[in-house]
Amino acid sequence: MKTSAKVLLAGTCLTLSTLAAAGDVTIATVNNSDMIRMQRLSKTFEEQHPDIKLKWVVLEENVLRQRLTTDIATKGGQFDVLTIGMYEASLWGAKGWLKEMNDLPASYALDDVFPSVRDGLSVDGKLFALPFYAESSITYYRKDLFKAAGLTMPERPTWTQISEFADKLTDKSKEQYGICLRGKAGWGENMALITTVANSFGARWFDEQWKPQFDQPEWKNALTFYTNVMKKDGPPGASSNGFNENLALFNSGKCAIWVDASVAGSFVTDKSQSKVADDVGFTYAPHEVTDKGSAWLYSWALAIPTSAKNDKDARAFTEWATSKEYAALVAEKDGVSNVPPGTRASTYTDAYKKAAPFADITLESLKAVTPKAPTLKPVPYVGIQLVTIPEFQSIGTSVGQQFSAALVGTSSVDQALTNAQSVSEREMKRAGYPKKG
Amino acid sequence: MMTLKQSRRLQSVLLGGLSWLIAALIFFPIFWMVLTSFKTEIDAFATPPQFIFTPTLENYLHIQERSDYFHFAWNSILISFSATILCLLIAVPAAYSMAFFETKRTKSTLLWMLSTKMLPPVGVLMPIYLLAKTFGLLDSRIALIVIYTLINLPIVVWMIYTYFKDIPGEILEASRLDGATTRQEIFRVLIPICKGGLASTALLSLILCWNEAFWSLNLTSSNAAPLTALIASYSSPEGLFWAKLSAVSTLACAPILIFGWISQKQLVRGLSFGAVK
Repeated sequence: MKTSAKVLLAGTCLTLSTLAAAGDVTIATVNNSDMIRMQRLSKTFEEQHPDIKLKWVVLEENVLRQRLTTDIATKGGQFDVLTIGMYEASLWGAKGWLKEMNDLPASYALDDVFPSVRDGLSVDGKLFALPFYAESSITYYRKDLFKAAGLTMPERPTWTQISEFADKLTDKSKEQYGICLRGKAGWGENMALITTVANSFGARWFDEQWKPQFDQPEWKNALTFYTNVMKKDGPPGASSNGFNENLALFNSGKCAIWVDASVAGSFVTDKSQSKVADDVGFTYAPHEVTDKGSAWLYSWALAIPTSAKNDKDARAFTEWATSKEYAALVAEKDGVSNVPPGTRASTYTDAYKKAAPFADITLESLKAVTPKAPTLKPVPYVGIQLVTIPEFQSIGTSVGQQFSAALVGTSSVDQALTNAQSVSEREMKRAGYPKKG
Repeated sequence: MMTLKQSRRLQSVLLGGLSWLIAALIFFPIFWMVLTSFKTEIDAFATPPQFIFTPTLENYLHIQERSDYFHFAWNSILISFSATILCLLIAVPAAYSMAFFETKRTKSTLLWMLSTKMLPPVGVLMPIYLLAKTFGLLDSRIALIVIYTLINLPIVVWMIYTYFKDIPGEILEASRLDGATTRQEIFRVLIPICKGGLASTALLSLILCWNEAFWSLNLTSSNAAPLTALIASYSSPEGLFWAKLSAVSTLACAPILIFGWISQKQLVRGLSFGAVK
């Protein structure tokens, strides 16, 4: 008993030694190669600012979103710097949960940041997060398989052409699949890809009165195309495949064509993880009746919540990690091809383009995206592969589940669209759309 | 026609085979996790899955370089042991009173305690988060110790109660006749008799605390984060991290597996306590 009491007392004393000290900056971030690199190289920042100590909280993307939402909504103040996407930057900025990133020093060169990326992180002209890296979607294909089949990938392919190529390159007896696309249900998973397919078929999520549009022929054409090509030329179990699963399939030589995030460019050309590193070709994301919204735009950015306990030091770190100086540090330590892509025009030097063969396609895709006018027909929302309203996470995931069921074959395309329409109508009505005033 | 001896031997072989099969099924995920931790990321994702590959320690080196494993492990040890000790300190007197001084409400009290385990933790996330925030306990070990104690208390009280119920009341009466106080009754009579059962209860509570992820992920960030938070930090929907995730999971499971291995005799003794009386 006495020993137990002593252990308990010692434990209690130790718990009291966990209070945060002044100068500590707690950074919540995700686990991906660019963020891991930032964590490693931030020792340089700590050397430059000996009075600042960085503390890292690394979480899986969805867990991070949930944690940050809880913390920021309750003003918990657990984090000084948040890693967020464009979706959160717009919504949280509008709610006044994030500090405005104004009065940036001239050395930061905000004009160097691509306007589309700046716009995506701003609300009413006010910037609420500084972009760490940005991505679009592009097409990856196997040059060796195309050559062997006597095919040529156009610079700007249509989905119909992609489907024809996939047909010719599929050889299921060799576990070689013509096309790999996301099928795993989720607003950030299959719906990111399917929305860009739908955009290129002329579809849109909502009309100007916020009425869901899944009952329109454009959606039917897009979903029919997607399910047909995937059933015919896609890998088995495609409804479970997200970014990682398709990356693994492509890297092991089982996919002839893959349309996904441009950030995969550095993975598929990395010989330590790709068996086909020397045979990968890159081109623009496919279009069909329009190229509007055919490639997505996403950015991971650093923001400071209004509940931050150490906003001054947090600001210093945020500026450093998204600066030209950081890009130069990455180039020096890890090579120019590892510089965070997609945010600054100055990144795209000749040396970078030479080291990263997908750079030009990514750059042009990022320049061409228009999140404020993402579709052929007019829409009331901002966002290409997502709709920047709080209800979208729930609606997007529900619709994603319907479309995943259509891919599996447990429901037809018509059924999936009818269900998607009724789910969206119900959720939008519950949320009070169309908003008055 | 089989003789009785042959029939018994066959039965024994079949039962033995079945036991091995069940054990293999239970053990396979752990085996696969350890195996994957020695693969490269490309081998970890290979289809069909590879049993033969060139092993590498690069995942463990990566973890060592990127994360302060001992900080997380120390938090896990401190939180799990503190919560378990606190739990036992509350549960032993509670179970003693319920087992030996039963009232008409004892059974319903026990059932009510158990019913609190049926509430999904996410249902009380916001109130507990706000309480922790109000008392300045976000990202503190105290918050996790208190929560783990409370969530494990019903099951610990139930287990100790059943062990105490197996002890004949006459033994306690005899000690009282010899002049033992209540405290002496508990510490000199009950606990020595039930130490196997108490050890297995403590071990179960320890394992439950060690593996708990919901509250540790939601209430801690850097200072008080235990090993479950370290595992979560290696999960990613963008990028290949399966081998690293397996390596960090192996490192997180290792201490409690070793501890469980060492104390398995006590555990088996405790779980079978009273069964052969």
